[in-house]
Amino acid sequence: MNVPEITEMAIDAAYRTLKADAEKNGYRLNPDGDFVKNLIRGLLKNEQRYGYRACPCRLASGKKDEDLDIVCPCDYRDTDIEEYGACYCALYVNEAISTGKQKVAPIPERRPPRSERGKTRVVKIVSTTATPVFPLPVWRCKVCGYLCAREQPPGICPICKATKERFERFV
Amino acid sequence: MLYALSTCQWCHKTKVLLEELGIAFDYDYVDLLEGKEQDAALDEIERWNRSGSFPTLVIDNKRAIVGFREQEIREAFAA
Repeated sequence: MNVPEITEMAIDAAYRTLKADAEKNGYRLNPDGDFVKNLIRGLLKNEQRYGYRACPCRLASGKKDEDLDIVCPCDYRDTDIEEYGACYCALYVNEAISTGKQKVAPIPERRPPRSERGKTRVVKIVSTTATPVFPLPVWRCKVCGYLCAREQPPGICPICKATKERFERFV
Repeated sequence: MLYALSTCQWCHKTKVLLEELGIAFDYDYVDLLEGKEQDAALDEIERWNRSGSFPTLVIDNKRAIVGFREQEIREAFAA
């Protein structure tokens, strides 16, 4: 394969951007700089291979539609940080881990297995009152949970900067 | 047999640990396999680990350790 190497310079640049974005938005990167840089090398490698930054710790299909949930930051990051203190790769961590008070432990895979992917989870809301009718649809960012009521989801999530295709119709 | 991804840091740590323990093992970087070869590897991984995640370490075709579980891996080879 004749592909250019991922340079240290490219990794450093991506690291600075990710770190600044994370801190601005209330997230934290793993304090182990070498570990993070190796993860970023994987992210950049995947960007080179597939055209998007698929999770380095998961196998991407190469079809963006099928991989949207694992484009970093993935749909599972916030829930894993909440439950285990870190995202699946441990690129993003909670405060206790970022300050060295807690160690990262292996995180079980939350992404559905191959055979179950693409099947939308339907949550039935049981309500005794009539369903409210909203003048506008409500869109939810699958990465950070941001909600907004407007005709179309925003091009970029104003909270976490996820792209439009990461939004789902919520109400 | 270690099923790993070339981009995954937990896979890397697992491989380094096995080397450090002096274990003879084969490994596949499943992200570097293509088409049928990759599908066959995934089918095999899913036999041991339903979620199909990495790293999956299959020991003597008898049991599997999923993820970089250092203590568990050390114990498995401690005999």
